[in-house]
Amino acid sequence: MTQPLATAEDVRRIVLEALGDIAPDADLAHLDPKADLREATDIDSMDFLNLVSALHRRLGVVVPEADYPQLATLAGMEAYLMARARP
Amino acid sequence: MAWNTIVKGPAEKASAVVGDYDAARSAFSWEAARAELDGLPNGGLNIAYEALDRHVARGRGERVALRSVTKDGAVEEFRYADLTVRTNRFANLLRDLGVGRGERVFSLLGRVPALYVAALGTLKAGSVFAPLFSAFGPEPVRTRATLGDARVLVTTEAMYRRKVEPWRHMLPGLRHVLLTGGMSASAEGCIDLDAALPAAGADFAVVPTAPEDMALLHFTSGTTGRPKGAVHVHGAVVAHHATARMALDLLPGDVFWCTADPGWVTGTSYGIIAPLTVGATMVVDQGEFDAERWYGILERHRVTVWYTAPTAIRMLMKAGEEPARRHDLGALRFLASVGEPLNPEAVAWSHRVLGRPFHDNWWQTETGGIMIANLAAMDVRPGSMGRPLPGIDAAIVERTPDGGVRVVDSPMTAGELALRRGWPSMFRGYLGEEERYCRCFAGDWYLTGDLAMRDADGYFWFVGRGDDVIKSAGHLIGPFEVESALLEHPAVAEAGVIGIPDPVGGEAVKAFVALKPDWTAGDELRHDLLAHARRRLGPAVAPKELEFRAGLPRTRSGKIMRRLLKARELGLPEGDLSTLESDER
Repeated sequence: MTQPLATAEDVRRIVLEALGDIAPDADLAHLDPKADLREATDIDSMDFLNLVSALHRRLGVVVPEADYPQLATLAGMEAYLMARARP
Repeated sequence: MAWNTIVKGPAEKASAVVGDYDAARSAFSWEAARAELDGLPNGGLNIAYEALDRHVARGRGERVALRSVTKDGAVEEFRYADLTVRTNRFANLLRDLGVGRGERVFSLLGRVPALYVAALGTLKAGSVFAPLFSAFGPEPVRTRATLGDARVLVTTEAMYRRKVEPWRHMLPGLRHVLLTGGMSASAEGCIDLDAALPAAGADFAVVPTAPEDMALLHFTSGTTGRPKGAVHVHGAVVAHHATARMALDLLPGDVFWCTADPGWVTGTSYGIIAPLTVGATMVVDQGEFDAERWYGILERHRVTVWYTAPTAIRMLMKAGEEPARRHDLGALRFLASVGEPLNPEAVAWSHRVLGRPFHDNWWQTETGGIMIANLAAMDVRPGSMGRPLPGIDAAIVERTPDGGVRVVDSPMTAGELALRRGWPSMFRGYLGEEERYCRCFAGDWYLTGDLAMRDADGYFWFVGRGDDVIKSAGHLIGPFEVESALLEHPAVAEAGVIGIPDPVGGEAVKAFVALKPDWTAGDELRHDLLAHARRRLGPAVAPKELEFRAGLPRTRSGKIMRRLLKARELGLPEGDLSTLESDER
């Protein structure tokens, strides 16, 4: 059961946790929210699909493939999830 | 379930490069295929001359050779004449730097125009081109540059800083590092390629290479030991050209998009060389996969022939039919796939949604070019890799106790796929490993290491790999290379690496690790080990999953039994355990 999300901090924490599981080598503390996420964290397309399914599990948000471009940056990903994960 | 054969009509047969398979097979000769090319004006054969200069010499220099799409969607066009001059400058630069014939020029680049210039300029200069995949981490780059005795490396400053500078002092033979896309003053011991090229001469007489001179070095992975550097020669261009015509139905003037990265053999043989020798326009996308982006490229550039991979096709299927239907894909004439067996669902899906079926084909780094294919005029049996190209003899063989092989004639019997040696793009060696090369052959047959079956009509069907090599997203990954990187971590006592099924990538890399005393398994250490592996190997090679074990199953000779790890992971029969010495705990 997904808890209703109250804050942007929650979303950020969950995204960074999921990202940290998939790319533990990435320097997430210094991640530029506006940078191309795949380049900044050195993840490939299989990693990205794993990230999308981890976010689905954690937040209950289904991301259709057509929306992937909106998840290209950390900021974009957070905005996208914030808009959908709220009750 | 059985999948319906996709039957080709008279119109498709009439317009195909190979209209009648049997007639083409009996009429084919490699001498005639060689005569389709020009050769150097004063004798000799050079891949880059066939790709570029001969078109200019024949008055076709104004045609567009390369249409490069940047990540933000801008398009840069290069005519055959443009690329001829740029590659002349690159060849002159190598000469000015004292880089000799046969010396290796490596690239570690995304799909930027400089990559194509470096590849063909290197070949013009008589040096050997060795492309590396830009998603490799520092360790695979160092291993390959060392094995290949790299003399020159072409890369960007960002990749140089991260993946090369830390170990460059260990490789004194690497004399020149050329950086493209900008260079800061602090990049010591490097040359700014973008500044040096315009200063190099625009005219260059292509070095008169002979057909058997080394041209390309492609690295591939085996089950054991280091990666292998497969050597290809300039004469391979005869096969690049002929197989693209026959298997990809490629014609002069086609707009051709090969989505493979030149860091892998497909992206060089069919992503650089073959389309240019044919006189097509290549579309190259510098960006990464995205369904909307890809359909946009197919539509906007009016792509006529498209060569891609099962992983990408499965991601397009995931994106659904709607994006495909929103785009005008009417220019597409022929669709082909390579990298791993294309599942029949994907063939049927493309036929229904894209209006054309994907044509699977089969080959490997060692073969240099397509060997077995579903051709344009041939009915497609979904799930089959097709039939051997004209000029190629393929068979299913079984090994005999005396070290030879016996051809298996009975249909649908699994055995090793073998090819009769002698086609022009066959590899000529594994660099510095004569014995490993010899082991690939039995008499007249090259043994591919793939298991397959042949049906009564001569179509071949893939069964599996004969070894433990992992195939993920179309890339071959050697478990040994991954295990070695894990073993460099102070906590790791033993590591075993296998491929597990992945719905998109075909297989994903999974590692099993046993720890040294005093280390405790847990999420923190798992993260640490995965991070370590990703830093060394890069995301394309590093494990996606890692599990701890108290010990790993080993044979009496001490080898990790990957096959057993895999059988247990997948719940399959464990097979013959007579060589098992110590089991996992």
